Amino acid sequence: MIHQYKLNGYNIVLDVYSGSIHVVDEVAYDMIALYENTPHEEIIRLMLEKYADREDVTDADLRQCLEDIEELKNSGRLFTQDKFAGIAFDFKKRSNVIKALCLHVAHTCNLNCQYCFASQGKYHGDRALMSFEVGKRALDFLVENSGKRVNLEVDFFGGEPLMNWDVVKRLVAYARSIEKEKGKNFRFTLTTNGVLVDDDVIEFANREMSNVVMSIDGRKEVHDRLRKDYAGRGSYDTIIPKFQKFAKARGDKSYYVRGTYTHNNIDFTNDLFHLADLGFTELSMEPVVCAPTDPYALTEEDKPELYRQYEILAEDMLRREREGKPITFYHYMIDLKHGPCIYKRISGCGAGTEYMAVTPWGDLYPCHQFVGDEKYLMGNIWDGVTNKDLRDRFKLTNVYARRDCDNCWARLYCSGGCAANAYHATGDITGTYEYGCDLFRKRMECAIMMEAARGLGDTAEKNPEEK
Amino acid sequence: MKRIQTLDTREMTSAQGGCGECQTSCQSACKTSCGVANQKCEHKD
Repeated sequence: MIHQYKLNGYNIVLDVYSGSIHVVDEVAYDMIALYENTPHEEIIRLMLEKYADREDVTDADLRQCLEDIEELKNSGRLFTQDKFAGIAFDFKKRSNVIKALCLHVAHTCNLNCQYCFASQGKYHGDRALMSFEVGKRALDFLVENSGKRVNLEVDFFGGEPLMNWDVVKRLVAYARSIEKEKGKNFRFTLTTNGVLVDDDVIEFANREMSNVVMSIDGRKEVHDRLRKDYAGRGSYDTIIPKFQKFAKARGDKSYYVRGTYTHNNIDFTNDLFHLADLGFTELSMEPVVCAPTDPYALTEEDKPELYRQYEILAEDMLRREREGKPITFYHYMIDLKHGPCIYKRISGCGAGTEYMAVTPWGDLYPCHQFVGDEKYLMGNIWDGVTNKDLRDRFKLTNVYARRDCDNCWARLYCSGGCAANAYHATGDITGTYEYGCDLFRKRMECAIMMEAARGLGDTAEKNPEEK
Repeated sequence: MKRIQTLDTREMTSAQGGCGECQTSCQSACKTSCGVANQKCEHKD
């Protein structure tokens, strides 16, 4: 399977199953599109006709191009067939190793964000804080079930985890006290709304957290519209100086400023640029996930503008690179040479298998987005996974289990997508959330275009005629 | 090739990988979507 597209002056041909990416001129672009279904003499005739005014397009030249295409095909870099379906089938026998937990240390929040999928941190239940004893048992459960995996990930999540900060610090200390003896390497992430960030949080997180996710939606009016406190006041002025200090103090340690865009701000690149103007360089911005009836839900009519926004962002990021002031956008990070192996690419997100969420009282769910839905209760940290049928179903939430993905060129970049989004959109964890898929494909096209620009050493701005 | 330039990409083969040491997809900055393209390979020989 191949995917061809034109973006920012580049003609790109992606070969799905080899991962090869070719940047071609428009003649080769047209010939590749015809190659598998049109007699080659007919391709030459069509090209000579279409490019009759081009001196460089000759019969001999076109025959050479056909040979080049054939060479790429023969060397497994173009028109390759799917050779991984058999591996996906084996995922039924996937191990029960767990390597990552999302610890819900606080099912409560000091903000009352309108779009919160966790319904103000309560996940449709009661407010609760995780005790140290429950958290400690969760860490032991993770170690006990991690097999030979060395890198173990723990995300302190909520609600707002800083509302249970002392427990977070004690849990980190406990994990550090056992990791050497157990042969493990804990990597902690803190996801926070920023309200309670202070010097102690910054100092501790910079020492212990591999990653910090700071929630900001962008421009003040955008942020304050949905991210309010319980008195109805926007939180922008409270959190921005704290996060600026936090990000600056991170030094070379990882952080992301993560926003959510909605129907209210489909010009979301202006929010990303605003964040960049505030000094943040590591950025992420996610489309809102909500019921289609919510007033801020993204609509079909929004889509063309969203696509355009992603293109604007990609072009602007290349410009910033040229000027020596790059920013990172999480969804445009793609490492073509050292990226994920094929197993990672087809095995799905790991929810319900190697990744689980733990509630404040120790129940296990496939991931944070299923917490509170009793149909998806998997077990608890004392008895382990008791709903083994559910675990088996999640083992198969890989890209090959989703029929809608069969003909999608991006299937090895998303691994089948988010099981929770699929469930909420279709009622089936092996369904697909088509709206999210459309945006994901657009993001991948932009990310690959940027790699093409960098790979060709061609970050200079394209002139308008080439676009 | 005159009209085609091929970028340097990792070969996709089932003969390599699968160690599972890389980051879990949702354990970074998304939490509401899924992508693996931005995950770094952490396989050590």
